[in-house]
Amino acid sequence: MSQLINSVLVLLVLTGFMLLSSSRLAACIHVVAFQGVLLGLLAILMQHGELTVTGVLLPLSTALVKGFLLPWLLFRAMREADTVREVEPLISYNLSIIAGSAVLVFALWLGQRLRLPSQPPSSLLVPAALFMSFVGMLVIVSRRKAVTQALGYLALENGVYAFGAAVALRLPVLVELGILLDVFVGVFVMGIAIFHISREFEHIDTDKFAASTDRPR
Amino acid sequence: MLFGSVLPLIVALACAPLMQGVITRTKSVIAGRMGQPLMQPYHDLWKLLHKGAVYSHTTSWIFRTGPMVSLASLLLALALVPFGGFPALSAFSGDFILLAYLMALGRFFIVLAALDTGSSFEGMGASREVTFSALAEPALFLSLAALARQTGRISISPLLTAVSWSVWAHAAPMLGLTLAALIIVFLAENARIPVDDPTTHLELTMIHEVMVLDHGGPDFAMIQYGAALKMWLFATIIVAVAVPWHSGNRWIDTAVGLAGMLILAIATGVIESSMARLRLLRVPQLLLVAIVLASLAVAL
Repeated sequence: MSQLINSVLVLLVLTGFMLLSSSRLAACIHVVAFQGVLLGLLAILMQHGELTVTGVLLPLSTALVKGFLLPWLLFRAMREADTVREVEPLISYNLSIIAGSAVLVFALWLGQRLRLPSQPPSSLLVPAALFMSFVGMLVIVSRRKAVTQALGYLALENGVYAFGAAVALRLPVLVELGILLDVFVGVFVMGIAIFHISREFEHIDTDKFAASTDRPR
Repeated sequence: MLFGSVLPLIVALACAPLMQGVITRTKSVIAGRMGQPLMQPYHDLWKLLHKGAVYSHTTSWIFRTGPMVSLASLLLALALVPFGGFPALSAFSGDFILLAYLMALGRFFIVLAALDTGSSFEGMGASREVTFSALAEPALFLSLAALARQTGRISISPLLTAVSWSVWAHAAPMLGLTLAALIIVFLAENARIPVDDPTTHLELTMIHEVMVLDHGGPDFAMIQYGAALKMWLFATIIVAVAVPWHSGNRWIDTAVGLAGMLILAIATGVIESSMARLRLLRVPQLLLVAIVLASLAVAL
């Protein structure tokens, strides 16, 4: 069982690197969708075999929302904004991978230092969760397109979800559903915002927002 | 006992070109062609050995030394790698560093020979070869380090023999990552398709073949044979990790090892048929991914 959990965690870390190294938005969305499905799988694996109805339905709804619904929204936003790839990120892809490995080392170090109230089932769980959050932040600050930044936000949120799974083995159902709803609404709003931005300015390059001020330049 | 240790070397010397033949054959079958005979690499080597060598006036003794040093260093490196149930001819602690540097030495002399011709085209190929191998080397080292950490051995031969199904059972993610990194290194070091196209000879994007354009006859035969041996060496390491078959009977293990090599050759052919070569700018990214995979395997 711990082998399975470890395999899922390693796959999660690898999806983080894929997100950092891929320039195609469609590929990035698929990666984040896959992350969502993996998170659902992880949550089911963490139940130690004692499967309850809510214990299966909650991860399943997580996987459905994060793996299918949100990617669908993002695909729509991508189509409407008419962007296919991230051009010229602030940090190049090779440098992003190197930064990713540095972040991984930091996450591993921090994961060992961190004292948790309960022992997580795998020593890799906390580092992997931290790594995913850091990768999300890295993507948000280093990419220019709004869709990619929304993807970074989702990766960050996935990391938080995994961390939650590590710290509290069972959150109250309402809290989990609330978080899921929050993320859903967040991405929904972002999708609408991206659509409106791209209709108004004919691109979704957030760097150019600085130009749209009243101040004389 | 000594015979048993010489056997991996004999198998490598005899079968290495065949592996290239299998890859080429797989590619032609997938492309719907008859393809060249499986034994074609041997015929090529035989033909080259019976030709005379032509040397340019601008080259020096370095140009003639290159192929010999390269082949010799690969032969030495092969003596460190076990095959099937048989241990390597020589094993001492830390010999995987020697293995990596023997291959680097061979490469260094090929690069020198390429630069010695004074051809700008070959200089370009040399520059690319060195750049990419510099990135492939950490990946190889980290993969071997991950295996060493898992098995507790720091010598190639015991290390590869120590990988078993029970190691797979309790460290599957780590071995999987190592294997993925090793396969990327295998493809990059042997100039296979996502990195380099071994079938093109006069194209500006190629890496390995461009360095050896001026070699002819027996020199070229040595380089070709050396390339086959290098591929065999990397394939041996991959097969030893992927199919750790230790039944007790060494002959059965060796047969399983040979079957693994055949499957790896076919898999390489399939990869080459189903992928396009990466743009040169993307190759470092692929190798960086290999480094990341291997370092993750070390961290696990």
